[in-house]
Amino acid sequence: MNQGLTQWLMSEAPASRRQAVLGSVYRGLVAIISNPAALTGLVIIAVLILMAMFAPWLARGMSPIEQTLSSRLAPPSAEHWFGTDELGRDIYVRTLYGARVTLTIVLLVSVVVAPIGLAVGTLAGYLGGWVDAVLMRITDIFLAFPRLVLALAFAAALGPGIENAVIAISLTAWPPYARIARSETVTIAKSDFIAAVVMQGASTWRVLFKHIVPLCLSSVIVRLTLDMAGIILTAAGLGFLGLGAQPPTAEWGAMVSAGRDVILDQWWVATIPGIAIFIVSLGFNLLGDGLRDVFDPKAS
Amino acid sequence: MTQADNTSTMTNGTANFAAEAARRAASFVASLALTFLGLTAVTFLISRLTKIDPVLAIVGDKASKEVYDKTYIALGLDQPLIMQYGAYLWRLLSGDFGVSVLTSQPVLSDLLRVFPATFELATIATIIGVAIGVPAGVLAGARKGRWPDHVVRVVGLFGYSVPVFWLGLVGLFVFYGKLDWVSGTGRLDVFYEDIVTSRTGVILIDAAIDGEWGIFANAFSHLILPAGILGYYSLAYIARMTRSFMIDQLSQEYVTAARIKGRSFWGAVWLHAFPNIMVPLITVIGLSYASLLEGAVLTETVFAWPGLGLYITRALFNSDMNAVLGGTVLVGAVFIGVNLFCDLLYKIFDPRLRNA
Repeated sequence: MNQGLTQWLMSEAPASRRQAVLGSVYRGLVAIISNPAALTGLVIIAVLILMAMFAPWLARGMSPIEQTLSSRLAPPSAEHWFGTDELGRDIYVRTLYGARVTLTIVLLVSVVVAPIGLAVGTLAGYLGGWVDAVLMRITDIFLAFPRLVLALAFAAALGPGIENAVIAISLTAWPPYARIARSETVTIAKSDFIAAVVMQGASTWRVLFKHIVPLCLSSVIVRLTLDMAGIILTAAGLGFLGLGAQPPTAEWGAMVSAGRDVILDQWWVATIPGIAIFIVSLGFNLLGDGLRDVFDPKAS
Repeated sequence: MTQADNTSTMTNGTANFAAEAARRAASFVASLALTFLGLTAVTFLISRLTKIDPVLAIVGDKASKEVYDKTYIALGLDQPLIMQYGAYLWRLLSGDFGVSVLTSQPVLSDLLRVFPATFELATIATIIGVAIGVPAGVLAGARKGRWPDHVVRVVGLFGYSVPVFWLGLVGLFVFYGKLDWVSGTGRLDVFYEDIVTSRTGVILIDAAIDGEWGIFANAFSHLILPAGILGYYSLAYIARMTRSFMIDQLSQEYVTAARIKGRSFWGAVWLHAFPNIMVPLITVIGLSYASLLEGAVLTETVFAWPGLGLYITRALFNSDMNAVLGGTVLVGAVFIGVNLFCDLLYKIFDPRLRNA
């Protein structure tokens, strides 16, 4: 890399906000790339995203939902790399398209869970008093729930489907984020620069959104990455039980479930999508561990 | 705590201790009640969210408007939500979980019937998890950065990433389908069913009481694969936590002091550091046990294990909301109970937390 640019990025005394932000992003990237586990995780997730984006091109002209009953339950071959399922659909193609469903769920859950957790946690931590007591009690109650069973009950009541699976998972996944955001907020709220902006006349909302939330973001993101594997496994579990994406959509958990009855004779139907779930969860776990090492060396 | 407080605690320590214990018990009961209220409020809201019309479920879709309205009022659906919740809570407290549509039995008696199967599975799994996880975690912590540590890390990473239902299926394929080392799904082979009298509902114990060792062996060969798989998850979690507790303790000065006095390295690990990680470890084991009672949902589905998880999922597909919510309340109550019990143990055994 250009010597001058590196120096500009690594500068101890950034001249502008943009330089400071780019500098910290650069330092984070360098730290992740120099950590082999985190790099592996990053590569796996990048491959997942590419798979989802280019699924129609990688599918070699095959459809994930079109049935070919004449070639049902065919073993892996040159034509069907991972074999075919009970309706003659190519498992390689369905696994590709399944990446889209997994990615959608992961994105939607993050988009729902992080703001809820941040809002509850920062409000409780900054306002204190009875707001804190009430919000944290609610958080504790949700934290004490069995997650899968509760998500199951929600999904059952709302009806099966991806959107409802996302709602069910989000409703049970937000409490840890509220806890983290609160503990960060309590520390930040005591610092001098907050006192300074308050004295300059900043409103409560301005302090919360412009000063506290941005500082809580990094620990929330680290935790989100660490939780992502759990979210994927819960989503796959709901799919396995038939409460996630509905047929004929290709969803990894549901694909494993479809292979259940033929596991003893046609092992590839259930095995391949399960391996996909495993690799993606592993990717998020590796990246999460790495991010934690980078941002919070104490905890590892 | 100020200096003055300290002195007064010392002078009338016994009286204060009793008062303190009473206060702690009261706050324990209060938080138990509050959490239970929260749980039931959520299950109640879920039951109101569902698209299944409770009136239609009783009277059927051919009923006249009159009958419909009568049932609507009889069910208390014309009351405000908060009154309905009160009535729901009252029914729960008096042990009335409603009647299951699927089995036409009271949900409570259904739950009591299926719970021993889940209990058996979770208990054996936890025993496996503790027996292997704790020594492995201690070894990894004591040999930080060396090969035992790496093995535990990889085993843990695998456990955190692999879907349990998939591992179950692959386990069935390999150990039942190919190697024929274990029996397949269910708790017993068909021709062994209903021979032993059900005393505890735990087949291993019932068979042992009757001296039916053939049945015992058959039940064990059915149990070992699902219990082993759940045990693996428990092991991964317990080993990871034990490792981090151990590293924390071994970096303390008292360990160095013991070593200087001539204690061997493993002596310091087992006789000095290990007793100090016991308290947090009990909490970890308790939590993992509680989560096995719920995590068994998927495992039970894969292995057709007639426990709580299979009961809830079956009910779910037959729109049997009474059974689903009854099961959720039971699992939630067990979970909350174990959670708070661990909290309490923590406070009793760790003097630093007594005043927290």
